[in-house]
Amino acid sequence: MSAAAATRRPAAPGRGGPLAAERTVLRLTRPYLRRLLGTGLLATATELAGLALMASATWLLMSAAGQPPLDRLTVAIVAVRALAIGRGVFRYTERLAGHDAVLRLVADVRARVFASLAARRDTAGQRSGDALSRLVSDVETVQDLLLRVLVPACAAGLVGVLAVGGAALVSPAAAGVLAGGLLLAGVVLPALATALTRRGAAEVAPLRGALAADAVDLTHGAADLAAFGATGYALDAATQRAGRLARLERRLAAAGFAVDAAGVLVAGLTAGAVVLVALRAGVDGVLVGVLAVGTLAAVEIALALVGAARQWSQLRAGLARVATLLDAAPPPLPTTPPAAPGRTVSAGPHDVRFAAVTVRYRAGAAPALDRFDLDLPAGRRVAVVGPSGAGKSTLAAVLTGAVRPTAGRVTLDGRDLADHPAADLPRAVGGLLAEAYVFHATVRENLLLGRPGADPAELAGAAGAAGLLDWVHEQPDGWETVVGEEGGQLSGGQRQRLALARALLAAPGVLVLDEPTEGLDPAAADTVLASALAAVPAGHSVLVISHRLHGLAGLDEIVVLDAGRVVQRGTHAELVRSPGWYREQWRVQEAAERGYLALAP
Amino acid sequence: MNRRPFDPRLLRRVPAARGDLVLLAVLGVVAALLIIAQATALAALLATGFDGRLDRPALAGFLAAVTARSALTWAQGTVAARLAATVKATLRADLLGAVGRHGPTWVAGQRAGQLATLTGRGLDALDAYFTGYLPQLVLSVTVPAAVLLRVLVADWSSALIIAATLPLIPIFGALLGWQAQVATERQWRRLSRLGGHFLDMVAGLPTLRAFGRARAQVDVVHRMADGHRVATMKTLRIAFLSGLVLELVATLSVALVAVPVGIRLLDGGLALSTALLVLLLTPEAYLPLRTAGARFHASMEGLSALNDAFAVSTDDPDTARPAPAPAPDGRGEIRLEGVTVAYPRTTALRDVTLTIRPGERIAVIGPSGAGKSTLLGLLLGFVAPTEGRVTVDGVDLAGVDQDAWRRQVAWVPQRAHLFAASLADNIRLGVPETPDAALAPAIRDAALDDVVAALPDGLTTRLGERGHGLSSGQRQRVALARAFLRDAPVVLLDEPTARLDTASETAVLAATRRLVAGRTALLVAHRPALLADADRILRVVDGRVTELTPNAEVLA
Repeated sequence: MSAAAATRRPAAPGRGGPLAAERTVLRLTRPYLRRLLGTGLLATATELAGLALMASATWLLMSAAGQPPLDRLTVAIVAVRALAIGRGVFRYTERLAGHDAVLRLVADVRARVFASLAARRDTAGQRSGDALSRLVSDVETVQDLLLRVLVPACAAGLVGVLAVGGAALVSPAAAGVLAGGLLLAGVVLPALATALTRRGAAEVAPLRGALAADAVDLTHGAADLAAFGATGYALDAATQRAGRLARLERRLAAAGFAVDAAGVLVAGLTAGAVVLVALRAGVDGVLVGVLAVGTLAAVEIALALVGAARQWSQLRAGLARVATLLDAAPPPLPTTPPAAPGRTVSAGPHDVRFAAVTVRYRAGAAPALDRFDLDLPAGRRVAVVGPSGAGKSTLAAVLTGAVRPTAGRVTLDGRDLADHPAADLPRAVGGLLAEAYVFHATVRENLLLGRPGADPAELAGAAGAAGLLDWVHEQPDGWETVVGEEGGQLSGGQRQRLALARALLAAPGVLVLDEPTEGLDPAAADTVLASALAAVPAGHSVLVISHRLHGLAGLDEIVVLDAGRVVQRGTHAELVRSPGWYREQWRVQEAAERGYLALAP
Repeated sequence: MNRRPFDPRLLRRVPAARGDLVLLAVLGVVAALLIIAQATALAALLATGFDGRLDRPALAGFLAAVTARSALTWAQGTVAARLAATVKATLRADLLGAVGRHGPTWVAGQRAGQLATLTGRGLDALDAYFTGYLPQLVLSVTVPAAVLLRVLVADWSSALIIAATLPLIPIFGALLGWQAQVATERQWRRLSRLGGHFLDMVAGLPTLRAFGRARAQVDVVHRMADGHRVATMKTLRIAFLSGLVLELVATLSVALVAVPVGIRLLDGGLALSTALLVLLLTPEAYLPLRTAGARFHASMEGLSALNDAFAVSTDDPDTARPAPAPAPDGRGEIRLEGVTVAYPRTTALRDVTLTIRPGERIAVIGPSGAGKSTLLGLLLGFVAPTEGRVTVDGVDLAGVDQDAWRRQVAWVPQRAHLFAASLADNIRLGVPETPDAALAPAIRDAALDDVVAALPDGLTTRLGERGHGLSSGQRQRVALARAFLRDAPVVLLDEPTARLDTASETAVLAATRRLVAGRTALLVAHRPALLADADRILRVVDGRVTELTPNAEVLA
């Protein structure tokens, strides 16, 4: 059955057919179905009230022209008043209910998208700032899909059916004409608008992207352009592109607004035809008026579908991206966090052993890590050094479980690393990893991420060891200082210290420090590395990854990696005595840094 | 914030928009006339239809009015879109031109990001303003006026009621809009914090994962998103209330008109066609004002982008500068005479006097923020001395043609910006007409040949935005190749080996040595591996420059 269904499925982009993304999103609406249904009904009631108001007001006026006794009009007068007030109240409640329901749904979508991203172990989580803000606006498309596409479309459809039904009671012929007009306004024109919007977007998007890149180049590269006298050249290119975009936008607008023009025409022609047909059919004069005014109002409501269709085609790309993430989302978690006791067990000392670990990112490619052996029992402190691209970061990724070995084993306390629950692993192995992120929150909150529930003394201890404490005390808000978006209010050095302090506070049994003193000047780097190593509890093991060799003398072992392979290993004292990469680099770096330090009193 | 619906600066800053704005106003008048025509014809058609007769001229008039309105809708939309496209293209050229005029120091830092966003996607928000709001704004003036006049002719007492109630819409709209604004502002900090939380969490996901907090954070994300909903709903309740009140005001006003009309109709004191006309036209008088009000919110983003754009390029630098003097020869002596550079918050250099002899290689060291980069900026003409002067070959740099002077200078910054273009175009940045073949010596000297060989399309490989796809060592070698190709007598290097691993550093170091040979060089070096080559070493601390003699023993 399913196989047959699969073969019948048309070759649509993405999996699961042409509306898969919409279906995925709609599946999430289940908890809010009643609220959304209510919203849809209220929207229908709003539009219907508007239509009925025009129709009944016309009836009232035209009947009044026949000068009947007043009591024959009482019901209509009451109806007009009720409809007039009802329409506003309906609309108000509909908008509130709709936004409430949809924002609830968006909260769910955010959580699910986040859970889906969190469950990934690959590096796809690392996105550029642009891709990140796109992700955020993609999530917002869910809101627009419901509020600006689905709800108005359902309301317009329902009102259309009811309007045709109402007209049929008066004159079936006029109802037929109305149905034709509504189909044109509510189906044909929206389809046309969709096609035009899609085609236009396909033409405009690359040009807009190129222009955005131009803007980035001209602003962020302003100094480079000026220094090389290329500003004018780049400026001309960008201005020309802006002009091209403007011409394209004008051309597309001419086509797009033709649909709106057709809408006006359809409304008027349908009303005229309805009058003609109704008069031919001998419908009562008052009802002809009601039909004409009602037709204008009904087609107007159906034309809202043109806007909805445009909105929808603009949303689809974002929706598809969100749906991909939602489809990959893991089942919702139990709302209570894991019990605390498990933590104390796995936060203590651990033994790690690498046995002939090989990592190959692509089959056939040179290995990033080649038959790597390392014994890291509890309490041992090891440094891994080597030129960039030697495999140091891969080693850290393997140790934290982010990358699995292609061959060989990594064991934690004798058990394969992969056999430990992924959620427990960070408590045993972790620390300062590449691209540590500083959150838009207080210094305290950023640090507590390392160990939720740490007491003030522990905070101060970790911050002190990372050399951050003085800065914290200097701030008027102290620990409550909010560091800006992406840590923008901090200098590079303070950022690094904050990230290091967080790693020290976390104090996993196996502490990984990936370039712990990056961005600090040599003197500060020495102090911070020494105090950080001193702050590691006894029995915990440390793996320092560094391209700077100074300050590693106190470690138990130094491993030199080159092209994924161990080329040298030993203590600092042993390595500086024997010829090789380490001694050479040590001399170069030492001469340079001593020179610097000698020059800086 | 500027909440005016139309910014008159637009007329001054985008003269090309004037014609279309006038056209839009004319179309607004025509639209109002057509609404009157359509309602008049329909009222006549229905009034005759009351007796079961078909009024053919009225039907023809009605259809003609409808057809004309349809054409007008197209014209209005097209003109508005054309206006939007013109304004955006003009402002984009203006903004980017301002970057060129003001120079790199002005654009550095946060402003670069803001300008890039504004010029790129920010201005696209103007579409909603020009095609959605502005035509509606015109209609909200022309339609009520036309309706009022037409009803006045048909039935003056109804016109009186319309005239009395019409101002209620803008008055209530302003009052309630102001209330909504206050409510939003009160919540603004909370809203933006809660709204930005999701982005912050996603951006920091690798870090959360490293601390095993990622899955636990799912709950927090949901809680914060729900907090955002609660805060948003508080402001929406007030914002939507204004819509409700305006709708009720409009409806009640229509009722005020309709009731006397109905009573007079019952008494036989009014023709049916007049009554129908009043009924059809009265709601039209209130509608454009309400629609414009409703669309104002959606067009706010565009208006504030417009405001930002105007704010940027109006502060024009000294345009009435005297004609620049010809640039001095870069092979002359460079002197700084009592130079002080003061920025609004800090003083970067204090009373620096310095002579750089031709062919001298000078290393500059000192803690970050001490003023080293400002020193280079002075020689590049990016920074002007607040006091004192910089001379080359006796000529004050302040008065010379900057582009001509910079042709004597090659610059290797700490982090060169790579452009979203081909690798070859990135290298020949200073000399765009250089053929690919002529790039080879510079590529070889910069030790870039292995990088070129490893790229899929070699020199024609397109780099991503900001040089995406190259490592920092490779980027630095592209910057060196630029400098080699420039072949200038003065080279300025700003920590060329910062953040490089040792292997890249060796390559860049060797290339740097080749570059400075035989040239006057100023070299900011944080990693003193570069100091060995220097003839003199300058130390910059807190804006003051002192000279050190190289200590051969220390540097051995």
